[in-house]
Amino acid sequence: MTALTEQIALARTESRLRKGPSPGLDALFRGAAFGSALLVLLVLVGILISVFYGGWPAFREFGFGFLTSSAWNIGTEQYGALVAIIGTLASALLALMIGVPLSLGIAVYLTQLCPGWARKPVGMTIELLASVPSIIYGMWGLFIFAPLFARFVQVPVSNLVEGLPIVGTLLYARVPSGVGILTAGIILAIMIVPFVASITRDMLDQIPTMLRESAYGIGCTTWEVVRHVLVPQASVSIIGAIMLGLGRALGETMAVTFVIGNANRLSSSIFDPGSTIASRIANEFNEADGMQLNALMALGCILFLITFVVLIIARLLVRRVKVA
Amino acid sequence: MDATNPLSDVRAAAPIRVRSGRRIADRVLRVSCLVATLIGAVVLGSILLMLILEGVKGFSPGLFVEPTPGPGSDGGGIANAILGSLVLTLIGIVVATPIGVMAGTYLAEYGRTSKLADLIRFLNDILLSAPSILIGLFVYTLMVRPMGTYSGWAGGVALAIIATPVIVRTTEDMLRLVPGSLREAGAALGAPPSRVILSVTWRAASAGIVTGIILALARIAGETAPLLFTALNNNSWFSPTLMGGVANLPVMIYQFALSPYPNWQSLAWSGALLITVTILALSVVARLVIKNPKAR
Amino acid sequence: MNAAPAITTAQLSGRSQADETAPVRIAVKNLNFYYGTFHGLKSINLDFRDRQVTALIGPSGCGKSTLLRTFNRIYSLYPEQRAEGEILLDGRNILDQKVDLNDLRARVGMVFQKPTPFPMSIYDNVAFGLRLYEKLPKAELDLRVEESLRKAALWDEVKDKLKQSGMGLSGGQQQRLCIARTVAQRPEVILFDEPTSALDPISTGRIEELIEQLRNEFTIAIVTHNMQQAARISQFTAFMYLGELVEFGPTNRIFMNPEKRQTQDYITGRFG
Repeated sequence: MTALTEQIALARTESRLRKGPSPGLDALFRGAAFGSALLVLLVLVGILISVFYGGWPAFREFGFGFLTSSAWNIGTEQYGALVAIIGTLASALLALMIGVPLSLGIAVYLTQLCPGWARKPVGMTIELLASVPSIIYGMWGLFIFAPLFARFVQVPVSNLVEGLPIVGTLLYARVPSGVGILTAGIILAIMIVPFVASITRDMLDQIPTMLRESAYGIGCTTWEVVRHVLVPQASVSIIGAIMLGLGRALGETMAVTFVIGNANRLSSSIFDPGSTIASRIANEFNEADGMQLNALMALGCILFLITFVVLIIARLLVRRVKVA
Repeated sequence: MDATNPLSDVRAAAPIRVRSGRRIADRVLRVSCLVATLIGAVVLGSILLMLILEGVKGFSPGLFVEPTPGPGSDGGGIANAILGSLVLTLIGIVVATPIGVMAGTYLAEYGRTSKLADLIRFLNDILLSAPSILIGLFVYTLMVRPMGTYSGWAGGVALAIIATPVIVRTTEDMLRLVPGSLREAGAALGAPPSRVILSVTWRAASAGIVTGIILALARIAGETAPLLFTALNNNSWFSPTLMGGVANLPVMIYQFALSPYPNWQSLAWSGALLITVTILALSVVARLVIKNPKAR
Repeated sequence: MNAAPAITTAQLSGRSQADETAPVRIAVKNLNFYYGTFHGLKSINLDFRDRQVTALIGPSGCGKSTLLRTFNRIYSLYPEQRAEGEILLDGRNILDQKVDLNDLRARVGMVFQKPTPFPMSIYDNVAFGLRLYEKLPKAELDLRVEESLRKAALWDEVKDKLKQSGMGLSGGQQQRLCIARTVAQRPEVILFDEPTSALDPISTGRIEELIEQLRNEFTIAIVTHNMQQAARISQFTAFMYLGELVEFGPTNRIFMNPEKRQTQDYITGRFG
């Protein structure tokens, strides 16, 4: 008995020795996977280094004044980032003011109000909005939306507010062409809606049905359930989703370039043309050299830092809830 | 956020009879949510309508065989831009797929407990939403300036950088859905980790991984900003070595749509219709693949 | 389960008796196991004999699965888990860092709680392990696959659909497919980790018959939370509680005449 087992064991060991998986290949595979993951990190660091390195001469030349100067004069080589920074922040904030209510409305509709059969097609429609390339939004904004906006909003509002204090400057269009900072904000709002709406929808869906049902069960209306139960429960991640939308709005390039009017001066009216960091880079980079190129790179560096901070906050907020 | 708080709020309000104010607030909410959704649908509808009305006008056999015409001249097509876009997107996805899938595999299979993997996962999410124009600037610094010329290679790399985080994220998510018992079963047969990943976990997650690749394809096919300083554009057939400007649909659309020439504008519309329909179709396909039960 | 009577003599009689002279294949010596800082197994000493079925029983969390998972070191997939002591497989300590894990796992097969068919054809599932270690010509591979499926009592049901996905089989068939996959490698020891807990009674019966047949060829260790099952199919039984081995011996004696109070309480359903 014992002898037999030993024989079998021996035979087996022998057959095994013929071929085993090579440990070298295993290590190679693991190394390739690790290297690829490391590449992601390197790319992000590379982006930061390239814009900082490219923008360094401009930072050195203009110092802190680069941030506060509104000059952008190619002839005298005087460059400042203020107009582009304000344009970027203004258009992105307008986008949030318009886009966030829209997104929340859509998310609530999809999760609470929509009849079952319509959930998928309506959800799909909203998600497809996210796939439309930004250049198409730009064309739509410039050729379809801007003329309508000029005729039905800019002209009547300008006539209405002309001469009034504050609103008379803020909402007055010197040339009602339809393009401008507010138009850019509206187009950006439409572009961030699908992102904010779909994250918010997912978050609302994660709230336990029991919580919702118990609120309905004591006679709450839909509005009260949304206001007192759903929104407080999902608030952290909704803010995260909004920050994510903000990150996109800040860096969006093509759509904005089409509709913002690309003006280099600071204007006090949101109906007037302006420019953002991204739109200015898109417009001027290919023809730029010397200090102009450095200044544009410096603008890129500022954009990187702004969006990086916003996106970090956004991801931390969204992630915290997803893990919990 | 204390989980019981909102509920106790509501309980306090419950004994009050349904006043008209509550009804009105509820009605307003319902209507405004519906309106918000309608706005989204109307925008999508009007974009598609605009593209079809304007884009179909320019459709002719020449569109698909002739290169873009000179400024102010008639005729011509967008064949060079179509081919260029195909080439650039192909380079992008061919570079991004192995890197993205391998990186996602590292995060899901090897790096579950590592701090470095946590950092990379986080930064990948940041890169996912990073402004694409910055990626254009990066590749310009990395490739165009040292090489002294715009090139299709630079454009392809820029697109790959945009596609990679999408693939990393979906690959990791899909691999995490594969039950751990399958990995244990593979290891219990004496298969080394790489073999288990190659023949078991990848296979189990294949539908999801393919979806990620299609989504990445849809994402980069319409990207314009990163191509502006890398592949640029080219008003004729580009060099087979892809050195110098390479025509592509997005930049062609950008330049032609804003030009004063009616013929160019018409070509821009046709290109816009073509590219949007392609991308929307890719997005729909990706969503259908993931619904397949095999995606698990 | 609480009111269930103790295992009857009738239940024990259908099974072949324990062979206490059979050679020891696995000898566990002073084994300790840790999940991070949690002490999961405490100084376990236990022998598994050749061509005998040894059942590990005990309440949930007693460490019976943990013990089983040390025999092929599958726990080492998780960095926070570690084992100390000695486990001798045919006299060689498998806890030694120099041991080739893949080779060990080819020699010690494992069947899991839930069926784990790979997302590939039935044929490829069975051939998976074979292809890792043996470069067989196609004809021989076919033979080995058939032989394994026959041993797992699955051949007749799948011989016409070998190219179809293994995921399309029923739960019981999937579990037998996993057994075939393990058997195909011609391991020396097969570990079963509650192999029937996800199956219906009929499939369970078939798996139990199968284990009884496989005993003619392999040394078998099985974790089960079902005492009747342990009584039906095992020659030896080890009762574990809170990470310790309480009592070990021939199944007959453990069930009919346990020495320890805890064992008796568990077997008569007073706790667990």
